[in-house]
Amino acid sequence: MSVLVAAEHRRGELRDVSYEAITAGRELADARGVDLHVAVVAGDVDAFAEELNREGVDAIHAVADGEEFDHNAYRAAASTLADRVDAGAVVMPNSVNGLDYAPALAESLGVPLVTDAVGIEYDDGLTVTREMYGSKVETTVDVEGDWFVLTVRGGEWPPAEGVGDATVETADIDLPESGARVTGFEEVGGGDVDIADADVLVSVGRGIEEEENIELIEDLADALGATLSASRPIVDNGWLPKNRQVGQSGKVVTPDVYIAVGISGAVQHVAGMKGSDTIVAINTDPNAPIFDIADYGIVGDLFDVVPELIDEFA
Amino acid sequence: MKVLVTVKEVAEADDDFAIEGTDIAESDLEYDLNEWDDYAVEAAVQLAEAGIADEVVTVTVGPERSEETIRMALAKGADRAVRVWDDALDGGFADVASKVELFEAVVAEEEPDLILGGVQAADTGFGATGVALAERIGFEHAAVVNDLDVDADAGVAHVHRELEGGVEELTDVDLPAVLTVQTGLNEPRYASLRGIRQAQRKEIAVKALSDLGLTAEDVESALTLTSMYEPESESDAEIIEGDAGESAGRLAEVLRDKGVSA
Ligand SMILES: Cc1cc2nc3c(=O)[nH]c(=O)nc-3n(C[C@H](O)[C@H](O)[C@H](O)COP(=O)(O)OP(=O)(O)OC[C@H]3O[C@@H](n4cnc5c(N)ncnc54)[C@H](O)[C@@H]3O)c2cc1C
Ligand SMILES: Nc1ncnc2c1ncn2[C@@H]1O[C@H](COP(=O)(O)O)[C@@H](O)[C@H]1O
Repeated sequence: MSVLVAAEHRRGELRDVSYEAITAGRELADARGVDLHVAVVAGDVDAFAEELNREGVDAIHAVADGEEFDHNAYRAAASTLADRVDAGAVVMPNSVNGLDYAPALAESLGVPLVTDAVGIEYDDGLTVTREMYGSKVETTVDVEGDWFVLTVRGGEWPPAEGVGDATVETADIDLPESGARVTGFEEVGGGDVDIADADVLVSVGRGIEEEENIELIEDLADALGATLSASRPIVDNGWLPKNRQVGQSGKVVTPDVYIAVGISGAVQHVAGMKGSDTIVAINTDPNAPIFDIADYGIVGDLFDVVPELIDEFA
Repeated sequence: MKVLVTVKEVAEADDDFAIEGTDIAESDLEYDLNEWDDYAVEAAVQLAEAGIADEVVTVTVGPERSEETIRMALAKGADRAVRVWDDALDGGFADVASKVELFEAVVAEEEPDLILGGVQAADTGFGATGVALAERIGFEHAAVVNDLDVDADAGVAHVHRELEGGVEELTDVDLPAVLTVQTGLNEPRYASLRGIRQAQRKEIAVKALSDLGLTAEDVESALTLTSMYEPESESDAEIIEGDAGESAGRLAEVLRDKGVSA
C-alpha cells in the first residue's frame, strides 16, 4: 500500500500548498508504514518533478498533458496512478483546483472524501480534524475503511523541505478528451490603490450592515492615516472595488497594523492578512474566530466604538 | 432548457452557544438559505428571465423545517421545489457520496440540462457536492464560477473560475453540466411581496427514500462526527475592557505606540 499526493501548479509555478500536502501525506504514510508517491500532471513536468523531490518522497510520477490544469486529466491521472501504486489514500491541497477534481476522484474511486482537513490522526483508521460553523468550532470525523481521498487546508502543515532521493518516472497514461477547456486567464484588480503597499489598513466587513455606513470606516481610515480595505461580502455587494478585497481570492497583505472592523475571520479572509505585524479586531461576537489571531480585541459594537476612536485621533 | 438548483438550509451559531454532544444546541442555531445557493438561485432565475431556461426547479435534502428556506427560493422566482427527507437521514453526518446518491435519483426524474449549486455550504464547508454529483451522473462541471454566460444553442457555458490571488480562469464547459457558484456572481434579489404570495401556491414535492427507489443502506455515511469543541485560542490577544469610550481610548494608546497617526 502507499499514499499518493497530487501536486498543484499554475502558470509555470508549483504552488506552495503542494509541498504542504507532501508533509501531510508523509505524516499519513509514516502512520501507515508505507511509501509516499507524488504525482504531477501537465506543464513542465520534468522540472516540477525535480522540485518536488523533497525529503520523505519515495517516488514521483510525471504525467505530461498540455500546460494548465484540466480537471478531467487530473482526475484520470490520479485514479490510474492510485491503482498502479496501490494507493490507499490520495492527498491534495484544498485549493480551488483541488476542489475542482478531488470530489470527482473520490466519486470515481468509490471511496470516502474528507475536505479541508486541519489535522489528521491515523490509528486503526483515519480521524480528521476539521472546522464547522464558520470556524467557530472544531470537529473530529472518523472515516470508515482504509481507502480515502483527503484535501488539506493551506498553511496548516509546514512545506516539505530539503532534497529527497525519490525515483522519478514518466508515467504514460491515456487521458480522456475534456469537455471543459481553459481558454485563458484574467488578472483582476488594478485600480486606484494597492492595499498591499499600505502600512496601516482599516478593513471593513459585513458587520457594517449598509452601504451608507462605509463612510464611517472611511472616516476612521482618514483619522488614522490608513488605507481602507474590506472582506469579500463588501466587494460582492459592490460597496468597494475588488482591488480592496483582502483574502484568498483577493490580496495578501502584511501591514504593520491591520484593524478588522465587523469581520468574522473566515479562513479565506485570514489567509490574506494573518501575516500582519499587529492585528486589531472590533467585533460584537466574543467567539468570532478573528479574535484567535488578533493581538488586541474590542468586544463591542462598531457603531459605538468607531466614532469614539475617530474622536481620539481628531 | 431546464435548470436544477441545489438549495441547502444552513445553520449558523449564535454569538453565545453551547455544544451538546457532537453538535451545537438546537436553540443556539439560526437557519437560513446558504449564501452561495442564493447566488445560484439568482443565476437560474436570470436564465429564465433571459428566455434561456424554461423551468427552474430547486432540490433540497432537509427536514420539514427547511421548507421556510425553500419558500424563499420560490419567492425569488424558482418554479417549484423538491424536498428529500427520510427518518433514515436524521441525526447522522451525511457524507458527500450519500447526498449524491439522493441527487442522482432526483436528476433521473427531472432530467435537467444544467445544475447550479453553491461552492460550499456555510455550516459544514465541504465544498464538494456539485463536482461529485457531476462525476456520478456523467455531466461536465466547473467549480467556483464567478462569471457565467450560457450559450444554449452551442451547448456550452462560458465561465470564469475564480482562483486564488485575484486570478480568474476562463473555461468553456460543455452542457449538460454542474456549476458551483461563487458569491459575487450576480446580485441576489430580495423576494417581493408578490413573489412571497406566489410562492405559497408553488409546489414542494416531498420525497422519501422509497419514492426515489432507495433504501437506508444506499445513504449510509462513511463519516462519523465523533466530537465537537471550541478551538483553543492560539492567540494571547489583549481584550480591551470598558465601555466604548474607555476601550477606544486604550486602543488609541496602543495604535499611537505602533506609530499610527494621520
Ligand atoms: C473559494 C472562496 C474564496 C473566498 N475568498 C475570500 C476572500 O478573498 N476574502 C474574504 O474576506 N472572504 C473570502 N471568502 C468568503 C469567506 O468565506 C467569508 O464568507 C467572508 O470572509 C465573511 O466576511 P465577513 O467577515 O465580513 O462577514 P461575516 O462572516 O458575516 O462576519 C460579520 C462579522 O461582523 C460582526 N458584527 C456584526 N455586527 C457588528 C457590529 N455592529 N459591530 C461589530 N461587529 C459586528 C459579526 O459578529 C461577524 O463576526 C471566500 C470564500 C470561498 C468559498
Ligand atoms: N442538504 C442539501 N440540500 C441541498 N443542497 C445541498 C445540500 N448539501 C449540499 N448541497 C449543495 O451543495 C453545495 C455545496 O455543499 P457542500 O459540498 O456540502 O459544501 C451547497 O451550496 C448546495 O448547493
